[in-house]
Amino acid sequence: MTIEGPNHVKPEYRIPLTEVLWQLADDDLVIAFRASEWLGLAPHIEADVAFASIAQDEMGHATMYFELLEALGEGSRDDLAHLRPSAERRNAVLLEIPNGSGSYLHEPHFDWAFTVCRHYLYDVFEALRLEALTQSSYLPLRQVAQKAIREEVYHLAHQELWLRQLAEHSKLTRARLVDGLSQAMSWAGDLTWAAPWQAAFEEFSLVPGYRALQQRWRDAIDRKFREWGLPLLKAEMPLNGRDGRHTRHLDDVLSTLSEVYRLDPTAKW
Amino acid sequence: MQPKLSATVMKERVMTALAGVSDPEIPTISIVDLGMVEDVRVHEAPTRVEVDLVPTFLGCPALAMISQRAMTAIRTQLGLSSDQVRVVFSTRSAWDTTRIHPQGRDRLKAFGMAPPPKVSASEFVAGQTSVACPFCGSEDTKLENIFGPTACRAMFYCRRCRNPFEAIKPV
Ligand SMILES: [Zn+2]
Repeated sequence: MTIEGPNHVKPEYRIPLTEVLWQLADDDLVIAFRASEWLGLAPHIEADVAFASIAQDEMGHATMYFELLEALGEGSRDDLAHLRPSAERRNAVLLEIPNGSGSYLHEPHFDWAFTVCRHYLYDVFEALRLEALTQSSYLPLRQVAQKAIREEVYHLAHQELWLRQLAEHSKLTRARLVDGLSQAMSWAGDLTWAAPWQAAFEEFSLVPGYRALQQRWRDAIDRKFREWGLPLLKAEMPLNGRDGRHTRHLDDVLSTLSEVYRLDPTAKW
Repeated sequence: MQPKLSATVMKERVMTALAGVSDPEIPTISIVDLGMVEDVRVHEAPTRVEVDLVPTFLGCPALAMISQRAMTAIRTQLGLSSDQVRVVFSTRSAWDTTRIHPQGRDRLKAFGMAPPPKVSASEFVAGQTSVACPFCGSEDTKLENIFGPTACRAMFYCRRCRNPFEAIKPV
C-alpha cells in the first residue's frame, strides 16, 4: 500500500499518521536541543564538533517531519515546533532530561556519561525506527526516512565509540558510565513503548513492525552491553511522553527554544 | 527587451547559470558538480523556468543560500523576473555522494578536500576503506573523527605529509 501524499489521506489513516509524525518530530527537536547544549562544553574538541553536527542533523530531521505535518494542514512548521504546550508533545521523556545540573548559561555541571548513554539508547532506536519507516505506506515519510537513515549511521558510530572508550578506559570512567547508564535507563521505558492504540501504526503500514521495535532495541543494546561488560538494566517508565506526560524539564526546553519566536515570530538572523 | 529564446537554448543557459552557483562552503565546486540539480523544466509561452534541487544533508544551513543564489543566477543571466523562476528543494529522490560528478571530485581535491570514498557509510565508519590525502596522494592516512567542521565532512590525518585534512563522508 502506498499513500502518495496529503491529498490521498483518508480520515482513519490521518490520525495514526499525524501521531507518528508528532512522535518523530518531537523526539528529534528535543534531542537536537540537548545536543546543542554541549557546544563549547564537551570534554573533548572532537566531541564538541561532533555534537554540533549531530544537533544540526537532528534539527534538520525535525524540520522535515514538521513540514510533513504542515502539508497535512496541521499548522505552520514553526508554530508547531515552538508554540505547542508540553502536554501536546509526544517526545520520549528520556530525551528531555537535562544533561546534568546547572544550565547552559549558568554553572553547567553536565554529565558526559549520562549524555553518551542517552544518545546511544536513542540512536539505536532511531536507526531501527528509520529502517522500518523506509517501508512506510506514506510515501513522503518513506522519502524522508531514506535520507535521514544515512546520516544516522554516523551518530550511532560516534556514540558507540564513546561508550566503548568509557567502558574500557579505567575503573573511574567505567563507574561513571554505569552511573550514567542507570540514570538513562531509569527514564528510557517510553522510548520504545508501543501503546494499544498504536496498533494502527502497523495496521496501516505506517511504521511496519512497530511493536517488534521494542524487543529489537532491547536485543541490540543488550548485545553491545554484554560485549562492553555493562549491566543489562530494565528500562523504567516513570512517565509516558508518548501520552503527553512530561517532566517540568520539557517546559524549560520549550521556553528557551521558543523565547525569540514568542517575542517576535518574524525575527530572522 | 531580450529576443525570445527557444526552450532548448533556455535550458542550456539555465544549466550554465547553475554551473556558476557555488557551494557557499567550498567555492570551487558548483551545485551541478555536486549533483544537486535534479530537474530543469522550461516553458516557452509564457516564459517560465522551474528547477528542482536535491538537498544534500537535511539540516544543512547552506541550503537556503544555495536556492537563493540559483534563483538570482537564472534571473540575471536569462533576464527573467522573479515570478518567472521557481527553484525548489525536492525530497522525492535522495541525494547521495555518488551523485557528485567526476569533475566535482577533481575540484574537491584541488580545494584540498578528499572526495567521498565509494563505500557505504557503515564501511566508512568501520575504517574499511583508504582515503587518499588530497595534498600528497598518499593512502597512508587515518580517520581521526567522523565529524568535521560541517556535518558532511570527516577529519583525517596523513601519516606521510603529516597534514590533517577533511574528506566528504559517504552518505
Ligand atoms: Zn599527505
